[in-house]
Amino acid sequence: MSVVQNTRPTTRLGEVTVRDLSKSFALNGQRLAVLRDLQLEVRSGESLAIVGPSGCGKTTLLRVLAGLETPDQGEVLIDGLPVKGVGTERAIIFQEPRLLPWLTVLGNVAFGLEMRGKSKAQAELRARHYIRLVGLAEFEAAYPRQLSGGMAQRVGIARALTVQPEILLLDEPLGALDAMTKLTMQEELSRIWREEKVTMILVTHDLEEAIYLADRVLVLTKNGASVPRLIDINLARPRDRNESDFVAMRKRLMAEFGLH
Amino acid sequence: MTFQSIETSSLAGSVEASPGATLLRRGGEIGQLAVSRYGVIFGFLAFWQVAATVGWVNPAIFPPLDAIFVALWKALASGRLVGDIAISLQRAGIAFGAAVVVGIPLGLFMGQIRSVERALDPILQLFRQTSALAIYPVFILFLGLGETSKVAVIFWATLFPLLLATIGGVKEVDGKLIEMARTFGASQLAVFRRIVLPASVPAIFVGLRLSATTALLLLIAAEMIGANKGLGFQVMNAQYNFQIPLMFGAIFLLAALGLTANYVLVSLQRRLCRWSDIAR
Ligand SMILES: Nc1ncnc2c1ncn2[C@@H]1O[C@H](COP(=O)(O)OP(=O)(O)O)[C@@H](O)[C@H]1O
Ligand SMILES: [Mg+2]
Repeated sequence: MSVVQNTRPTTRLGEVTVRDLSKSFALNGQRLAVLRDLQLEVRSGESLAIVGPSGCGKTTLLRVLAGLETPDQGEVLIDGLPVKGVGTERAIIFQEPRLLPWLTVLGNVAFGLEMRGKSKAQAELRARHYIRLVGLAEFEAAYPRQLSGGMAQRVGIARALTVQPEILLLDEPLGALDAMTKLTMQEELSRIWREEKVTMILVTHDLEEAIYLADRVLVLTKNGASVPRLIDINLARPRDRNESDFVAMRKRLMAEFGLH
Repeated sequence: MTFQSIETSSLAGSVEASPGATLLRRGGEIGQLAVSRYGVIFGFLAFWQVAATVGWVNPAIFPPLDAIFVALWKALASGRLVGDIAISLQRAGIAFGAAVVVGIPLGLFMGQIRSVERALDPILQLFRQTSALAIYPVFILFLGLGETSKVAVIFWATLFPLLLATIGGVKEVDGKLIEMARTFGASQLAVFRRIVLPASVPAIFVGLRLSATTALLLLIAAEMIGANKGLGFQVMNAQYNFQIPLMFGAIFLLAALGLTANYVLVSLQRRLCRWSDIAR
């Protein structure tokens, strides 16, 4: 236990630093610069939302943070250590729940921990806790095809939480859900973030969602046309979408996109 | 469900539905299901029986079913056909078993390594499209007219559907699921065991069922061409000797064999793929 704490100082759990990050792709024989010299500091336990027009590199940034893509230049540090590939301190939630159809909800949620070397029994014990946390206790034995979209996404969230990451990376996790389910899930994400005290980096195309969940919003621009802007959301929690400050913030963010 | 509850509530007060009545009703439901599913085949068999007895068809060529079953029963009871069944099962079984042992692991391996798969695909397609019966003479040339060439030709024909289905199954595995597992630090082996393998099971079963059908087809053909034992041989032999009821008896046995093999595979698939839509 003490060994673990020595290698990872508790004071900096889940801190992310991005330095001079550039990433481009080869597209039809041409280089497409997606991210250019990006600088970013994410504080421990912070909730950061990343917004921007489609194709501006939100997913790419998140995948670099996840260790699924290697940057062309620059580096990502987590708790002061450079990122090399995927790591145990991060968990990713994709837009699609990516559940294994042959496993039950319990099996799916325990899967991540099993991959990290825990025994099936240990993994399932902790999985049950997080299944309860996302409100799916009665569906433990159900198979993914028996779940609605919202429920499936909850299972994906529980699976990520079960490995107790310091940093939760989410790529438009609620993008495919209907409006009603989305609202409930946003409340739930907000509660989970508070209770689990994780650093949360959330890609979204929904400005209201960004304001509802984030401490700060990173606005990316297409082709790195201008320097990405960081906007503080200084609103009291729990947040109310109809509050005047909330509405004002939404107007400001929309103006940022040239929408009035 | 609602229909039943309405029914019982209307009866409420008079009598609780007696167990006998419930049994009768359940029996009726099962009967109805059987009629909708097997009605046509019953009709077909009944028509055969009547046509042969009344004389609409020549009973020397289409003997009535009872004559077929008597001939079959006699052949089985005297032990005459038992040896044939055993040798046929052995030939098909060994060949099918070998195809499973070779085809599934090879397919799982080939499906995962793109370059190997790409290099071997044309020749696999060529082999698959070449009728195994056409190359049976080649097998006979190399292996003689004995058991080996028969098992070899059945194996050959059985291997390719299974191999190609398995490769297809592995190639179809959703890369997003593999990436998901990787983000949790899954090793190469864990990805294979926990994702590639289970995801390929439905495709493998498609291959298994295709292969089982092919195995029986080739079995009969091989036994008709050059054998002195086996069900396929008995069909031919009975025809030569104008033992038409016995000939049909042997044909029915082969049909039963095919149905049984398919039934076993389908039930196994149901058990292993409870999660999948196909098995529902
Ligand atoms: N693996 C890849 N190969 C080539 N181009 C890619 C790849 N991934 C993303 N891109 C390109 O990079 C740009 C940014 O993509 P992405 O990060 O997915 O955008 P966003 O998530 O903001 O919509 C897009 O133009 C996309 O076509
Ligand atoms: Mg995206």
